Formats: sequence, structure tokens, C-alpha cells
Amino acid sequence: MASDQPKLVCRGIWKIFGAGGKGLLAPDGGRPSGADLRAAGAVGAVRDVNIEVHAGEIFVIMGLSGSGKSTLVRCLSRLIEPTAGDILFNGENLLAASEARMIEIRRHSMGMVFQHFALLPHLTVIGNVAFPLEIQGIDRARREERARRMIELVGLAGKEHVFPRELSGGQQQRVGIARSLAVEPELWFLDEPFSALDPLIRREMQDEFLRLQSVLKKTIVFITHDFDEAIRLADRIAIMKDGEIVQAGTPEDLVLSPATPYVAEFTRSVARAKVVKVASLMRGLDGAAPKISISDRAAVAEAAPLFANGADTLAVTDGEGRAVGLLDRAAVVDVMMRG
Amino acid sequence: MGASFPFLQPVSTPLPERAGQRAVRARWLWPAALLAFVLFWQFAKPVAKWAFVYPSAWELPAARWIGRATKWLQDEATFGLFTFTDLTRFVAAVIDLPYRAVLSLLSTGLLSGQGSSAVQQLPPLSWLAVLAIVALIGHHAGGLRLAALVTACFGFLVLFGQWTSAMVTLASIVVAVPIGVVVGLVLGLAAFRWPPFERALVPVLDLMQTIPVFAYLVPVLVFFGFGPTAAIVATLIYALPPMARVTILALRSVPSEIRDLGNMVGCSRRQMTWRVMIPSAKDSLMVGVNQVIMLSLNMVIIASMIGAGGLGFDVLAALRRLDIGAGLEAGLAIVALAVALDRLSQAYAEKAGQPAALAPSGTGLVARHPYLVAALAVVIVTFLAGLAVPAAQVFPEGWQVSTGAFWSEVVRWINVNFFDALEAIRNAILLNLLVPLKRLLGGLPWSGVVLMLALAGYRLGGLRLATLVGVLALLIAVTGQWEKATITVYLCGVSVVFAALIGIPLGILAAERERLWRWLQLVIDTLQTLPSFVYLMPVVMLFRVGDFTAMIAVVAYAVAPAIRYTVLGLQRVDPRVVEAGRAMGCTRLQILTKIKLKLALPEIMLGLNQTIMFALSMLVITALVGTRDLGQEVYIALTKADTGRGLIAGLSVAFIAIIADRLISAGARRIRERVS
Ligand SMILES: Nc1ncnc2c1ncn2[C@@H]1O[C@H](COP(=O)(O)OP(=O)(O)OP(=O)(O)O)[C@@H](O)[C@H]1O
Ligand SMILES: [Mg+2]
Repeated sequence: MASDQPKLVCRGIWKIFGAGGKGLLAPDGGRPSGADLRAAGAVGAVRDVNIEVHAGEIFVIMGLSGSGKSTLVRCLSRLIEPTAGDILFNGENLLAASEARMIEIRRHSMGMVFQHFALLPHLTVIGNVAFPLEIQGIDRARREERARRMIELVGLAGKEHVFPRELSGGQQQRVGIARSLAVEPELWFLDEPFSALDPLIRREMQDEFLRLQSVLKKTIVFITHDFDEAIRLADRIAIMKDGEIVQAGTPEDLVLSPATPYVAEFTRSVARAKVVKVASLMRGLDGAAPKISISDRAAVAEAAPLFANGADTLAVTDGEGRAVGLLDRAAVVDVMMRG
Repeated sequence: MGASFPFLQPVSTPLPERAGQRAVRARWLWPAALLAFVLFWQFAKPVAKWAFVYPSAWELPAARWIGRATKWLQDEATFGLFTFTDLTRFVAAVIDLPYRAVLSLLSTGLLSGQGSSAVQQLPPLSWLAVLAIVALIGHHAGGLRLAALVTACFGFLVLFGQWTSAMVTLASIVVAVPIGVVVGLVLGLAAFRWPPFERALVPVLDLMQTIPVFAYLVPVLVFFGFGPTAAIVATLIYALPPMARVTILALRSVPSEIRDLGNMVGCSRRQMTWRVMIPSAKDSLMVGVNQVIMLSLNMVIIASMIGAGGLGFDVLAALRRLDIGAGLEAGLAIVALAVALDRLSQAYAEKAGQPAALAPSGTGLVARHPYLVAALAVVIVTFLAGLAVPAAQVFPEGWQVSTGAFWSEVVRWINVNFFDALEAIRNAILLNLLVPLKRLLGGLPWSGVVLMLALAGYRLGGLRLATLVGVLALLIAVTGQWEKATITVYLCGVSVVFAALIGIPLGILAAERERLWRWLQLVIDTLQTLPSFVYLMPVVMLFRVGDFTAMIAVVAYAVAPAIRYTVLGLQRVDPRVVEAGRAMGCTRLQILTKIKLKLALPEIMLGLNQTIMFALSMLVITALVGTRDLGQEVYIALTKADTGRGLIAGLSVAFIAIIADRLISAGARRIRERVS
């Protein structure tokens, strides 16, 4: 999915709340610890974060409450001015952009979904979804037409003229999603979009989100504090703690080789078979490939049922359907048994 | 004056935490200071007379300076492009034009020609038309029940012969409220956007709300002359600060996500304000609008002192004649207007909070604007009816009812039958309490009092508070207001003690009895919507003028916050703590005194603070019944249009209020820190 030119690059992002932010960075080569900052009466909400997000990928930032996720994502969209660092969006330095240019970029290239929905209480569903277009000065007929399409896309057709407070939480967030998509953004930020929903609805919304993404293929930065959610959705995950990224990689990387005990703590309860990809278990081709095949990008757990009719090996195919390797029953069983 | 200082309390700037710790904690400090004070007071008089009575030679001629400044403003001040006088003329014109328009609609009709030779070209809206339109508005805002209530309120005005005056009053309210709302909104917006502006604005708002209204009536009178325009200006000064404050608070409490949303969709600054922030804050903003309406009504009587006319003038005139019946009816008419406008604005506020009904599907004018069309129809029909039947235009005098004679009779009866008893009560309290206390306070050395206040400030809030309190107290002395200020403090103090003695026990009782509390709340709310003059009248009737009368009126007015805060404080005590107490085997009394009251103490102190603020604002009004305090000074200055004298005395009242407020708030904060 990922192309080579990263959509969004950020280098050495710092955000220090409280007095003397910038000054605190200068003295010791620019890397004060969290304790240093606290001693100076400041909060290091984001500390030296470097990430690259590629076009079309779902990049999940995961961390517990207060770890600085919201602050980071607001730095990326420059809702908060970072204390230090560079942010390149399609190669353009956002931190050097003028206010007018920033408005331009946000209007046409960025969308954001909020944890508490942030729907405007005085507008109906269609009014809310059309709001970003209204701000751009698009005429009523056109913006409502586009808004209607978005409402349909998120499955709320028929609710156009209802007010937000008459909707359930899940429905409200669907409105939030429709609104953020109305401008057809290239870069889509979601800050804990499903955290305020109860577990069943959350699951349903995650499926809905994956379905949307399979159609839209946006570049996504998705924030969550729920590791299972991260695993389910992510192409790549960055784990944040106390403002720093402790590890970034594919779900598989994190589960198979956690960089710190902190990360291991999260991954321990994750069923490996759901994370480990077929590609990392397969061995080389020898001779003719078996009839039954599976994609190299599938999770091991998805392969398991295919062994049900007694086969010992499966063919593994790449994105174009060519056979690239073999998957043994024993390897799969081994992973499944380890939980 | 209604709820004159409701916004004072959250205003006091929080002191830095460390200040509390820095305050000296030595135990001997207070006893020693008190002892020194008493010794000084008893023995120092022969040696240092200046320390007891502020020598007039040392007084700053501040009143004269202000007088001169006023004159300079009037005659010479210029902002380059325009002079100060141009500015006041401009403001006057902005107010005057809409006022004339509304007045001719409601009261005078369309006139041609000048003064008494004016000829009425078109009659004003008849009473029938106004009743019907009010009913329509009520129905639009809150359905049939509200329509019935508002119609009843306006019906009262018609039936009791208050119509003409009421329409004059209504006209000034109708003009003052939108201006107050818009200016307050703009100020609040500006403060929200530019923090430096907020830092400059908030102290000004504080002062506007602590300074007694009378004090700025004087400069308003000087700059705008006697008449309805000046009255509206004064009303605006009084009613506008809460709107600005509410706006700042409302904008600030818009969730940060909503603000982020606005930025994310690329709002320009203007779009951010008008499309995102203000619509999101609409519910809270409507509370501000309601405040402006109620405060404008509270000002009706006072504004009539500088020419508002209408109901306020009627009350004032009746009070001067000691005609209780007439005064009471005009006073009740103000209440009727207040109730109607209050309920209407609240209903609209609620409506704003709910999703609007879908746009009606009809396309005709009638279907789209049913209320507007109905109102137009009413105007036309009643106009024609008024031409045919005079009674439909002007409510016939023969149909009017008056209870004035009845009330006068009641008072006369009470006086005849209970004169001795009332007189005995009055004299007992006067001789045994009021007079000795007044002497005591009057005899204290000003220098010692200033020092003691500063010391209290230091203990409670550190050096900053000590400086503030000391300087304000000193200013009262330096401007030659000390003697009158002690009278104000004594009257206020006695009234507050009585109010607390009544209010706190009532609050304790009501806190645990749901039904009693609901009933009390109704009484308190009613007491607070009544214009304060209404309290004054029956008391004057029964006890004649003087300190005792003033005290009763002040107590009646100021008891409300004492009750309210006590109940709130007690109800807010964590039930788990009470449960723990019960588990430890405390008796009910122990639970009350050892747990609940202790925990509720900070709230009760804030209630006391509000009681003091209410008492001070009422005290100024009691100048009308012959007290000799700062209020009287302001009142005299008003009758003489002496800006300097009025402002100095008014500022002194404000200083007393600020000293009390800051000291008590600091004390409450310390107790709260200790409790939690
Ligand atoms: N405006 C601010 N001023 C000072 N400190 C702030 C501010 N905003 C956030 N912080 C601090 O920065 C840290 C990171 O906050 P942030 O909101 O980014 O966390 P989060 O990971 O999004 O948490 P949550 O899951 O609760 O949303 C926290 O310690 C927070 O207290
Ligand atoms: Mg967050």
C-alpha cells in the first residue's frame, strides 16, 4: 500500500507547555528529560517525535491517557504550534506556512474527527456535514448535494434534518466522519474517534471505518488508547509514552519483537495468530504449489481454517496472485498454540 | 437594585498559593495586635488626636479635582477628530432615536410639531393591541400557559391604571436591552480575543458593579442632562457588565474540540467568531440577555431620579408623599413587567437550546410567518376599533381598580392599634444596640483601624492583600469620608449580623427539608425580583424614617444570599463523610456541628460575603429614608449635580465592598484549603 514518497514527515517535534518552552530546549543539546521539564515547571507533552506517514496507510498512534497523543496530532495539523521541529506535508514545511496558506491547506487537504464529536449543536446533520464546504463559500445546492453523498456513505441517509442531540453516540460520530470527509481530504486525522462509544458500537464503527478506507484509500493518522483497536486497524503503530515514541512498526513487529518491557506489556495479551502475517512464516517454494492458496498479507489465524480438510501445506501468493512460498500446518499450529 | 453584586464573588483574583504559607503564623500576633489597638484607643487620644479624627487640613481635595476634570471634559477634552462633548452627543443620539420611535409606538403616538403644541397624527398602539401582541409573543415563546401568564401581567397594568407609566418604562427597557446586549457582547468578544484587553476590562467591570449606582448617576446627569436618555445611559452602565462577563465565560466554556474543528475546516477569524463560537455559546449567552433585562428593570426606579419617568417616577413620588397604596401599586406594576419579561426571555433561552422546528412546508406568507401576520392583523383591527370605540383605544378610568386606599387603611390600622408596641421595639433596639454601636465605631481611631485591616490582609493573603486593603482604607480617610464610612460600616454590619442570624439557621433547617427549601426558594426569588424600594415603603410606614427603618429594609433584602449559600454549602457536603460520621456514632447534633457546618464553612462565608454586598447596595438606597452615611452623601451630590462629591462618596462605598470581599474570600480560601 505504501508508496515511497512519504505524505507526512515530522522530525524532532517538541511541544512544551508552560513557561520558557523554547529556552528549556537549548541548554543540554536540546533533549531535556520529562523530569527536567517538570522541575522547571513545564510539561513536555511531546518530546522529540519523528514519524513518517506514507500515502494510503493507516498510521496508528497508541498510548495511555496523558501520553501526548492529542497534542501530537494537533501539532501535525498545527492546531497547536510545536515548540521545535519540522513538519513536511507533501514536502511542504507546514511550520513555515503563512496563516492564509494554512487555512488553504486545512480547507482542502485535511480532515479531522474528534473524540467528543465536536458537532455544532445549532446545525442539523446535513448542516454539520456541509459546514466545511459552507466555510469555503460553496453554494448551497452543491454543498448539500455533496453532504448528502457523504451522509449516505456513512449510512445515515434519512437523518439529514435531525439535530445532533437527537442522535446516539455512534450516529453522532458517523456525522463527524461524514463531515471530515466532505472536503475529500488527502490526510485524515482521527483523534480517538471511537473512545466515547460503548464496546459493541465501537466494534461496528471499526468495521465501518475499514470498509470506508478500502474504498477511499486515504492517508490516515489514527489515535487510540486501545491496543486491540490499534492492532485491528493499523498498517503501522507508534506507541507513545510520556510524550515520546517508544517503538514504531507494523503490528507484527511490535508483537514479535517488543522494544521495551512497556511495549511487551501491551502485546502480551494479543493473540499472535491474529497479528503475525503469513509472509513471516512461509518457507521457500519447492516444486509445484498446492491448490489451496492464501495471501502473504493475511494473518496466520485466517490460514488456520484452510487446513481443516486435511491439507499439510498451503501456497502463499503475493499481491498479484503469484505463488511466492509455502505455509506448513506445523508452523501455523505452533503460532496458534503460543496464544 | 436587585442582585447588585452577583458577579463580584468569582472576580477576586486568586492569590498565589505561596502567599498563604508566607503569612506569618505566629500565634501571638493577633492577641498582641488587639491589645496594642485597645491600649492605643483608650489612652492615646490626648496625645495624638490626629490619629483619631482625620485632620481636615490633610484631606486631599479630590472632590474638587474631579469637579475640575469634569468641567475640562465638558469644555475642552478632545480626541483630535472630535471632542468629548461630541462623543456624548453621539451616544445620546444613538439612544434617543430608537427611544423616540418606540415611545411613539407605545405611548405618545406619532406627533407633529414641538412641545405642548404637538398634534397627534396617529395614536399609539392601544392597550388591546399591546395585550394581544404580548400574548402572541408569549405563545410563540412558550405556548398557551406562558401566553396566559404574560397577558395576566399586562392585564394587571391595564386594570390598575398603571398603563401610561408602564408603557413609558417599557419603551426605555425595549431600547436599553438590545444596546446593552450588543455592547456587552462586543466587549466580551474583544476581551476573549485579546487578553490584554481583558486584563484592562475586568477591573473596570468590577468597579462598575461595586460602585453604587447613585455615584455614577451624577456624572451621567452632568454629561447627558436630565431626561430619559441619561436614564438609559445609567441603566446601560448598570446592566451591561454581566453581559460582558457572561460572554467571556460562555466563549471560554465552548469545548476546545469545537474550536479545533473551526480551525480544521479552515475558518477565517470572522467565521470562527460568528459561525462557530457564538452559535455554540448561544445557551449561555441567553442567560446574559436575561440578566440585562432583569438589571434594567432593577434600575427603573433609580433611573427615574435622573428623568426616566414612568413607573419608577410614580414609585419615587409616592415614597416622597408617603402614599403607600400608590407606591405599592406602581411597585407591583414593575414586578409584573419584570415577571413577564423574565419569563419571556427564559422561554426564548430554552427554545434556543432546543432544535428549532422544521421550517413549515407552506409557501404562503401566512404559513411562513403566522405570528407576524397575526400581529399585523391585530394592529389593524385594534386601530380601526379604537377609531370607532374610544374604550378600545384608552382603557376607561371608570373600569380601573385601585387598592391604594385599602393599603393606606391597613397601615393606618396597624399604626393605631400597634403603635406602642412597634415604637417600643424600635426604641429598644435603637437605644440598646444601634446607638451604642454607632458611638463605638465612630470613636475608633482611623489610623488603628487601617493598620488592623492591613494586618488582617497580611495574615489572610500576604503582602499583596495587605497593601490593597490598607491603601483602600487609607484612601477613604484621606478623602475625608472616614466618619460617614463608619456609619455605613455600622449600619451594614448590624444588618449583616441580623441577616446572618436569620438566614443561616433558616438555611440549616431548609437544607434537610426538601419541601421547606422549595418553598423558601420561591420566597427568596420573589424577594430578589422585587425592586428594592418596595421593601422600603411598608417599613417606612410602620417605623418612620431613620436608622432602624434602614436596617430592617437592608436585612429583608440581604437575607436571601445568607439562606441560599448555607443551604448550598450543606447540601454539597459529601454524603460519604456524613455516613462515616454516623458510623462512628455521632449524634445528629454532632454530625451537624462537627461535620456538616465545618465542611460547609467556606460556602457559608461566601454567602456572608454576598450578604455584605447586597446590604451595601441596599444601604445606599436607604439614604432616601434619612440615614447619615455615605449613601446620603451620594444622594445629596445627586440632587446638587456635584460630580466630585458623589463619585468620592460612591468610590468609598465601593472600597468598603472590595475590602470586605477580598478579606472574606481570602479567609474562605484558607479554610477550604485546610478542610480539603
Ligand atoms: N494546554 C495545555 N497546557 C498545559 N498542559 C497541557 C495542555 N494540553 C495538554 N497538556 C498536558 O500534556 C500532556 C499530554 O496531553 P494530551 O491531551 O496530549 O494527552 P492524550 O494522550 O491525548 O490523553 P487522553 O487519552 O486523555 O486524551 C498531559 O500531561 C496534559 O496534562
Ligand atoms: Mg486526547
